[in-house]
Amino acid sequence: MLASLAALLSTTLRMATPLILASLGGMFSESSGVINIALEGIMLIGAFTAMAGSYFVGPWFGVLAAVIVGMLVALVHAIASITFRADQIVTATAINIFATGITGFLLRLIFGDAGQSPSVQDVGTWTLPGINKIPFIGDVIGTQIPFVYIALILVAVSYWVLFKTPFGLRLRSVGEHPAAADSVGINVFKMRYIAVIMSGFFAGLAGASLSVGLLDLFVKNMASGRGFIALAAMIFGKWTPHGALMAALLFGFADALQMLAQTLGLTFVPRQFLLMAPYILTILALAGVVGRSTPPAADGEPYIKEEV
Amino acid sequence: MKKWKEEMTLVDKDISEKKANYLKSMKIFDYIIPILSVVAGLLVGAIFMKIIGADPIEAYKVLWSSSFGSMRGFSEMLVNTIPLIFTGLAVAFGFRIGLFNIGGDGQFLIAYLASAYIGFLFQLPMYFHLPLAVLAGILAGGVWGGFAGYLKATLGVHEVITTIMMNYIALYFVGYMASGPLKAQGGLPATPKIFDSAKLPRLMTGLRLHWGIFLAIGAAILIYYILWKTPLGYEVRATGQNSDAAEFGGINVAKNLMLAMFISGALAGLAGTSQALGLEYRAYQPFGFIGYGFTGIAVALVGKSHPLGVVLGALLFGVLARGAMMMQSMVGVPKEVVQIIQASIIIFVASEYIFKYLVRKWRERKGDVIDAS
Repeated sequence: MLASLAALLSTTLRMATPLILASLGGMFSESSGVINIALEGIMLIGAFTAMAGSYFVGPWFGVLAAVIVGMLVALVHAIASITFRADQIVTATAINIFATGITGFLLRLIFGDAGQSPSVQDVGTWTLPGINKIPFIGDVIGTQIPFVYIALILVAVSYWVLFKTPFGLRLRSVGEHPAAADSVGINVFKMRYIAVIMSGFFAGLAGASLSVGLLDLFVKNMASGRGFIALAAMIFGKWTPHGALMAALLFGFADALQMLAQTLGLTFVPRQFLLMAPYILTILALAGVVGRSTPPAADGEPYIKEEV
Repeated sequence: MKKWKEEMTLVDKDISEKKANYLKSMKIFDYIIPILSVVAGLLVGAIFMKIIGADPIEAYKVLWSSSFGSMRGFSEMLVNTIPLIFTGLAVAFGFRIGLFNIGGDGQFLIAYLASAYIGFLFQLPMYFHLPLAVLAGILAGGVWGGFAGYLKATLGVHEVITTIMMNYIALYFVGYMASGPLKAQGGLPATPKIFDSAKLPRLMTGLRLHWGIFLAIGAAILIYYILWKTPLGYEVRATGQNSDAAEFGGINVAKNLMLAMFISGALAGLAGTSQALGLEYRAYQPFGFIGYGFTGIAVALVGKSHPLGVVLGALLFGVLARGAMMMQSMVGVPKEVVQIIQASIIIFVASEYIFKYLVRKWRERKGDVIDAS
């Protein structure tokens, strides 16, 4: 019993990891006032890049490439929505459609007609010496894919950056009241560019965690809505790193439970209900039923500098 | 009005005339930008084809003939176009009031299930059964979209987030119903087949084109009528241009937001309805989104949120969807190239600010216009 609970929690951590990473990305972007629903597409491109990087060079090169490509795609979103004030949702939608197209295109081009890539080398697992000997806890977190540890560390780092550094204060002020931030000499455009590119970093990493972490190959459309669940986790976690972590763990738990129920053939609750739980919870949170979630005040609004 | 015009000084008059001329000259970009964007999108597609060593001209010939080369191809193209007219109208109507309905795929699925449900539930005379099944889809899609409008109007929740969440709730809900409570006998995860009395008739035997095309064109005409010939349409457009001013002018913005999202959802729902009643004759468990809702965004953008533009845009994307498979099998161009073209077109249309910005800069240099914002 205890062993299967440990297995369930261990799966929870793994399933939550891409969500944690991507929701951190969404959080940085939205804290600065730019909605980024392109997380889904960037994740997909990141997953493909990581797989291809691993196929041609090696798994960690793949991760690095995924992060860089993720930032480049985010840069496109930044240029369009910040400099050219194109609608942020439209640009992001285009990126999402493009991501499906380009990954499918390249998959067919490089690997032929199959809906998935061949197996590549993944990043393996890390073991925390000492901790892995502790009963139960060791089973849950003692040996995991590296992305789990990276995600947990990045949650702490993100919290520190966002709430304990001048940079974080500036970022949040740009998202809450860009004109006021501008008047005290903060470069609104620059801050937003940095934030959106950071979101590309996180979403790219999240994508890599799918194709060379959770699995060891790329499957067509493998992000399968995780970018949007990450958005939900960010909202449910009230735009804070620790909140997003908890929300992602909750959503990951629902996912793990669903997988477990399916393997064991349990039908005490239909698996679709577990799958839709994150979305229902998020709407409830937005509606104020379970603790009201309020976005940054200037979220989604392009900033137009007053000319003097 | 006339008196006021006379009172204007000559200089004022000069400037205002220049400004009006300028705005008028900008209006032409509403036609030019979508066309340029489509051309540019096809060029991007051609570049990708070149990269893999395929012949773009040959591919585009196949693209054209796959829709216009045969009766069957033409019918299949229109079958692709029908749902896109609906979802394009849904997004366009939302745009008109300043809302972004990104939930077309969810509204599609809910209506798809609702129409199929009414279709197999009982047998009625056709003149009663078919309208009832269509109405079920309209209501289901409308409520699904209207809920997002309700949250927007009462609590200010961003409709983009709500509709994305509602998409996935619909995906799993319809999946649950079609593979669980409403599942037909047998192996397929799908509802029972609908009765003939609920089917949208086919236009010609042997072709899949069905009456949904008339529904779609009718919807486009109706939306045009609502937007420009009714008080509701006036209020919707006024709210979309400046919701604060509309509120100040006595328009009930909250009510209109809800109503507009209901109509938008109902339109997207009709896409699902025509899928269930015109093509599949039952509701299958979905394994993902077909993506009509997202393509609807592209359709509305290319169509400049005008019903006629939407119909033309839907035709364009209908041709692309129809040709995708043919280009793959006959010229070896991966079918995903169509998605790349689609995304490029969206980006180009969305970048109209760049076009306008450049034109303005160029004119300013010529000293034509001082201020046109």
